Amino acid sequence: MSDNEYSILIVGVGGQGVLLASELISEVAIRAGLDVKKSEIHGMAQRGGVVSSHVRIGPRVFSPTIPYGQADVLISFEQAEGLRAVDWMKKDGVAIVSTTSLIPAIVTSTKDLTYPYDALERMKKKLANVIGVEADAIARELGNPRLVNTILLGVMSGYLPFDTESWNEAIKTKVKPKFVEINLTAFERGRQLAAQQVKT
Amino acid sequence: MKELMSGNEAVARGAFEADVKLASAYPGTPSTEILETIAAKYRSVYSQWSPNEKVAYEVGIGASLGGARAMVAMKHVGLNVAADPFMTHSYTGVGGGFVLVCADDPEMHSSQNEQDNRHYAKFAQVPLLEPSDSQEAKTMLLAAYEISEEFDTPVLLRLTTRISHAKGIVEINDPIKTEQTKFTKDAAKYVMIPAYARGRHKVVRERLKKLQEFAEQSPFNVIENNGSKIGIITGGIAYQYTKEVAPGLDYLKLGMSFPLPMKMIAEFVKSHDKAIVVEELEPFYEDQILAAGIKVEGKKFFGHRGEYSPYRVAQGLKKAGVLKEIAIAEVPPEEQMFPRPPVLCPGCPHRGVFMALKKLKVTVTGDIGCYTLGTLPPLKALDTCICMGASIGTAIGMERVDGSRKGAVAVIGDSTFMHSGITGLLDACYNKSNVTVAILDNRATAMTGGQEHPGTGRTLMGGEAGQVDIPTLCRALGVKRIREVDAYNYDQCIKTIKEEMAADEPSVVITSRPCVLMPKRIMDEPYVVDLEACNGCSACFRISCPAIAAAEETNEHGHPKAIIDESLCTGCTLCAQICPEECIVLKSQFVKA
Ligand SMILES: Cc1ncc(C[n+]2csc(CCOP(=O)(O)OP(=O)(O)O)c2C)c(N)n1
Repeated sequence: MSDNEYSILIVGVGGQGVLLASELISEVAIRAGLDVKKSEIHGMAQRGGVVSSHVRIGPRVFSPTIPYGQADVLISFEQAEGLRAVDWMKKDGVAIVSTTSLIPAIVTSTKDLTYPYDALERMKKKLANVIGVEADAIARELGNPRLVNTILLGVMSGYLPFDTESWNEAIKTKVKPKFVEINLTAFERGRQLAAQQVKT
Repeated sequence: MKELMSGNEAVARGAFEADVKLASAYPGTPSTEILETIAAKYRSVYSQWSPNEKVAYEVGIGASLGGARAMVAMKHVGLNVAADPFMTHSYTGVGGGFVLVCADDPEMHSSQNEQDNRHYAKFAQVPLLEPSDSQEAKTMLLAAYEISEEFDTPVLLRLTTRISHAKGIVEINDPIKTEQTKFTKDAAKYVMIPAYARGRHKVVRERLKKLQEFAEQSPFNVIENNGSKIGIITGGIAYQYTKEVAPGLDYLKLGMSFPLPMKMIAEFVKSHDKAIVVEELEPFYEDQILAAGIKVEGKKFFGHRGEYSPYRVAQGLKKAGVLKEIAIAEVPPEEQMFPRPPVLCPGCPHRGVFMALKKLKVTVTGDIGCYTLGTLPPLKALDTCICMGASIGTAIGMERVDGSRKGAVAVIGDSTFMHSGITGLLDACYNKSNVTVAILDNRATAMTGGQEHPGTGRTLMGGEAGQVDIPTLCRALGVKRIREVDAYNYDQCIKTIKEEMAADEPSVVITSRPCVLMPKRIMDEPYVVDLEACNGCSACFRISCPAIAAAEETNEHGHPKAIIDESLCTGCTLCAQICPEECIVLKSQFVKA
């Protein structure tokens, strides 16, 4: 990561909240006075397909999509999707992966298709920095499964140069008022996880 | 003030700032959010969904002739439908400014082809603007209205998926005020009978010459000098990718790209050792530049198909000998993985019909919508899909040449039926075809996000609307056999379709269940699998329901038994109907047992 330039890739499955996560990152970067571009595919993706969102931050951004091998940070809402995206990463980038498995019908009904339960291990062979997060369990503990994205963002925030204050402000502007409090808590939980990672 | 906006949102904002009075469209990815944003945020602009792009375009013509600024939006293939008015609209010219916003879909993320609509500007001889980010999308839309009014022409603003759906920072301005005039009768300009059209074609040619001069001066065609020997000629999103990987080269960036600023291009090429054209999809610039006798190269390095990326542009520049080292990774992602295609939702009413059609082993001519997702394994229920509305005509042709005169069953969604299926059905009645047409009436344009249409009873702006009654409409076309079926009743679907296929006249089968997502999320009591009774036969896996997964428990052959994710199951009952062991039961009943 250099000169305040960051490429962040967020991946998951349709309906998991990938797009809100990238909205929040963009908001924080704009507040920091940086140029931002972000790109994603809508449409068919809503129906349980792969969803990915590219966020690029810097003094001046050209391409709205991240070049292969250039992502600094990966957030994955699902472990196999994390593995699918691994080659987009810089070797020294950090991957934050929810340990959830979503196995599509096509895998259960097709003989030669298998699901990579060892996704995290395989990612670790390619990247130095892979962080598995039990985001589903934490979200359930906090009482709302939809908090997964804020938890993952909290973890990620430990690897970007923006202070907690700006993240909280972004959450307050982008999240519905009645969910702000719980999202702030979820974010903090994630941020603490990141702090622990950095120490150990 | 600055805001992060997608290209589509920026166009919507631009329509508001340009004082557009009317915007009409038919939804289609990646263009849909333009009108949705206008309807949600800029209520001073009247906005509406039309039944199809041709009508949307004509509504726009009317508003423009009435003296108001008008905007029409559609996806690339939408312009095929609207091509008829578009081509002649070039002749008549406009009243108030008229801009057609068209979004191409390189890579076919959500489309049936990746045609390059820049050709349409040249075909109709109207000016073409190509933004390369959200800010330009808004700036160019505003400029397009001025061009339209100054040169008396419709203007094509061409977006692509990565412009429409990528977000960037946009400067917000106050709206301007325009003077709305009245329609002035002028038959020689507006009535395109041959005698008048000949005169107008001359006007079009003269206008084109003036536009050529104008393009040479356009602020959207700019040279960026960095002192390199190689010059890049590019436009649209390809500009961003090229800047990403080779920021130090000289650029001629084309923003107004039809007619091309050929003098500017000639000078740029002359002042460089070598000029390379980087453009996504077709060699639209390249062919014209070569035809003008100017030497450039391009397509042979970058290719014609699919969308570009920084990686692809870097590879091409390396092939061209321009880039020695590629700063970005040399290999595209390689991790081998199962596919995760989009699928029909749990509880989707289309599923029951496809299960029935599969069981009947008939040929199914398909159409475009969520139901096209029934093509992939394990459902594999559709045999053809060409364009919106094609299912019925295709079935008529098949039926006619089939010796048994049984041919195919046409499957078409409600929005698609309104869009362009009605005339197909009229053909079936008129020519006495025996086709069976299944209208999957889920009361939504689901594929593109649940937009209203003439069957839903509501308008884009949220008002009450006229509502067509599909059976009455079919009867008026001449269909005598009209059956309604419950899409959640597997046996009834099979029986009804079978009976209608046997009939000696055209027939229509209409399904009644609404989309489970829109406008209201439908969640009935979920079903569960009795794992003790389940023998792992996998019949329920083959209906491709995302709520049904493999259990850890297996049968004696090692095949997994099934479990149902209760948070996803809508209680549609289809899996329970086909389970040979009858071991899929209502949750409440299972607990009691
Ligand atoms: C000419 C054209 N316009 C628009 C589209 C985009 N599009 C694809 S399917 C569809 C509508 C589908 O609605 P419906 O027929 O009701 O089926 P559903 O998705 O609800 O099952 C649209 C708007 C297209 N492919 N072609």
